[in-house]
Amino acid sequence: MKKILASLAVLGFMMAGTAAIAQEEAHNAAEPTHFPIHKPKLIDWSFSGPFGTYDKAQLQRGLKVFKEVCSACHSMNLVSFRTLEDLGYSEAQIKALAAEYTVQDGPNDDGDMFERPGIPSDHFQSPFPNEQAAAAANGGAAPPDFSLIAKARGVERGFPTFVFDIFTQYAENGPDYIHSLLTGYDEQPPAGMEIAEGTHYNPYFIAGKSLAMAKPLSDDQVTYDDGSPQTVDQYARDVSAFLMWAAEPHLEDRKKTGFRVVVFLLLFAGLMYMTKRKVWANVPH
Amino acid sequence: MSEGHSTYTPKTGLGRWFDARMPLPRLVYDSFIAYPVPRNLNYAWTFGGILSIMLVAQILTGIVLAMHYVSDTNLAFGSVEKIMRDVNSGWLLRYLHSNGASFFFIAVYVHIFRGLYYGSYKAPRELLWILGCIIYLLMMATGFMGYVLPWGQMSFWGATVITGFFTAVPLVGTWIQELLLGGFAVDNPTLNRFFALHYLLPFMIAGVVVLHVWALHVTGQNNPTGIEVKSKTDTVAFTPYATIKDALGMIVFLLVFAYFVFYMPNYLGHPDNYTVANPLKTPAHIVPEWYFLPFYAVLRAITFNIGPINSKLGGVLAMFGAIAVLFVVPWLDTSKVRSAVYRPWYKLFFWIFAANAIFLGWLGSRPAEGTYVVMAQIATLYYFAFFLVIMPLLGLIETPRRLPNSITEAVLEKNKGAGSGHPSGATASAETRG
Repeated sequence: MKKILASLAVLGFMMAGTAAIAQEEAHNAAEPTHFPIHKPKLIDWSFSGPFGTYDKAQLQRGLKVFKEVCSACHSMNLVSFRTLEDLGYSEAQIKALAAEYTVQDGPNDDGDMFERPGIPSDHFQSPFPNEQAAAAANGGAAPPDFSLIAKARGVERGFPTFVFDIFTQYAENGPDYIHSLLTGYDEQPPAGMEIAEGTHYNPYFIAGKSLAMAKPLSDDQVTYDDGSPQTVDQYARDVSAFLMWAAEPHLEDRKKTGFRVVVFLLLFAGLMYMTKRKVWANVPH
Repeated sequence: MSEGHSTYTPKTGLGRWFDARMPLPRLVYDSFIAYPVPRNLNYAWTFGGILSIMLVAQILTGIVLAMHYVSDTNLAFGSVEKIMRDVNSGWLLRYLHSNGASFFFIAVYVHIFRGLYYGSYKAPRELLWILGCIIYLLMMATGFMGYVLPWGQMSFWGATVITGFFTAVPLVGTWIQELLLGGFAVDNPTLNRFFALHYLLPFMIAGVVVLHVWALHVTGQNNPTGIEVKSKTDTVAFTPYATIKDALGMIVFLLVFAYFVFYMPNYLGHPDNYTVANPLKTPAHIVPEWYFLPFYAVLRAITFNIGPINSKLGGVLAMFGAIAVLFVVPWLDTSKVRSAVYRPWYKLFFWIFAANAIFLGWLGSRPAEGTYVVMAQIATLYYFAFFLVIMPLLGLIETPRRLPNSITEAVLEKNKGAGSGHPSGATASAETRG
């Protein structure tokens, strides 16, 4: 009787699980109601895993793509120029880079606002004077700030993948999503799907079947000096890695510290386990 | 246990001087050194100690974070990012604190389920259990308010949804909601009072923890057999036996905690909270922190009106009821036997309950539509049936297995085959490990 009940319970949960998975899948058929239509492609990032580090050359290329393409519309106002030291730039290079930007400052002693060249402590600014102007210039929706975009976007992994993610340390949802979105514009919508005017079909977009941003990258658009391929895929990888750095500048430090902490705790736990055995050795428990 | 005579004898002159004036060293000695604990406690009993270090860790990291945080709707999000980017080791403090909240809840759930499994709430430990429920409730309030402070999208919309529950209360609902918000919508006054309360509540938790530990030291600990301590051979001294076992438990727990903090610090959070709060833009799915998800599923499972109670009030009542029912568990369980080890049927229903609770949590993260709603309704039904039907009835009809006469007898019986000297915990199953 007890066994029957136990197996009934197991069966119940299995049926519930199957029904749930069926429901999840039903979302993606026909005219989709749940997004993204395609899950992001998984990229092998240099910064994934317990010993991951940023590839400085890649970050520099990513910065170039950001500067020449993305920053025409997107701000990155939490990231200051001085932090670009992480990418391997010297102080002089950073000063020169900051000076390319014009920053409004003031008021001065006469009470007037004035413009000056940027300095390393300034941040990447929005190309628009304010959010309303940004929205007005972009069909009603202001382009999002890019400082945290690599952590602010992440496609749900679903059951049971999210459980395995704990063991594989999968934490690259953000850059995977950005890369897939940037390379996903060339796919054609299925026959019969209606795409709203002024929007662009992209099956990787997280919040709908199409988005306001047109395909931003094309082959040979940005010139690389290090011989890396000048393809949309390479641009997308580089800028995604750069945006991950922008969102999580202390990632390398974090993982390095983590390794030391984990090794210390493992040794400590081992010693503690042996001590515990010794203490309890003559006490049946 | 504390009724027993104190065996503390100060060895130094200074010790005697103190003991005659304020016997704090005696209290510490009696509570954490000589205090007798059942010899058969398993690792599930280390979570009390784990919870206390988590509370201390949360308070310490929290105080330092508060030195850098600004509770203003225009500045809060930026101040948190400043901590993450510019404050020395700020990223570590912040990830420790945000993941610490999650691990605090993981520990408290293990602790609560341990209590349910071994019947730790039964007489004479009812008050101990109720104090624990109060701590849990305070933890939920603290966790919820803490999640609002970074002022991300989920902070804002979570606060909007959760404070909105109170409007379901007849007559005074809107008044309560406006009192919580300090206005008509979540805004600067809300953020400020939530910050003040988020700083206050952990100290209230610490206060109730003192009462919880006090009550524990009056009744003594329950143990895997659920049989009261009868003689001195049933117990061992807290130090070194429990101390070393607790320490091992803590370090292993910290190891898992560190894994998340350093390698996947955002796994337990929601990406939307890295977007600054925008009152004009509702996220596609508003979900609370993972540790509230089972209750969120219960809330949304009530999609129908019950007589004069509409579905909204019904959902809120069910959600609060799901927590409130914990308070009366000592009187719902009619069994004379404490531990599930000797209650084959209860053991089965308990594990179904545990699986059901996890299932409810997963449902809470799904949109409330289609088959999810039906599944949430069935799971909610079992949640309440476990407490209100199974617990009272099972105690009356179940035939428990034969109980050993004492803890010592149980321990010796278990160790007979394995040779007396060796600890046999490592490979034994959860309910017999010890």
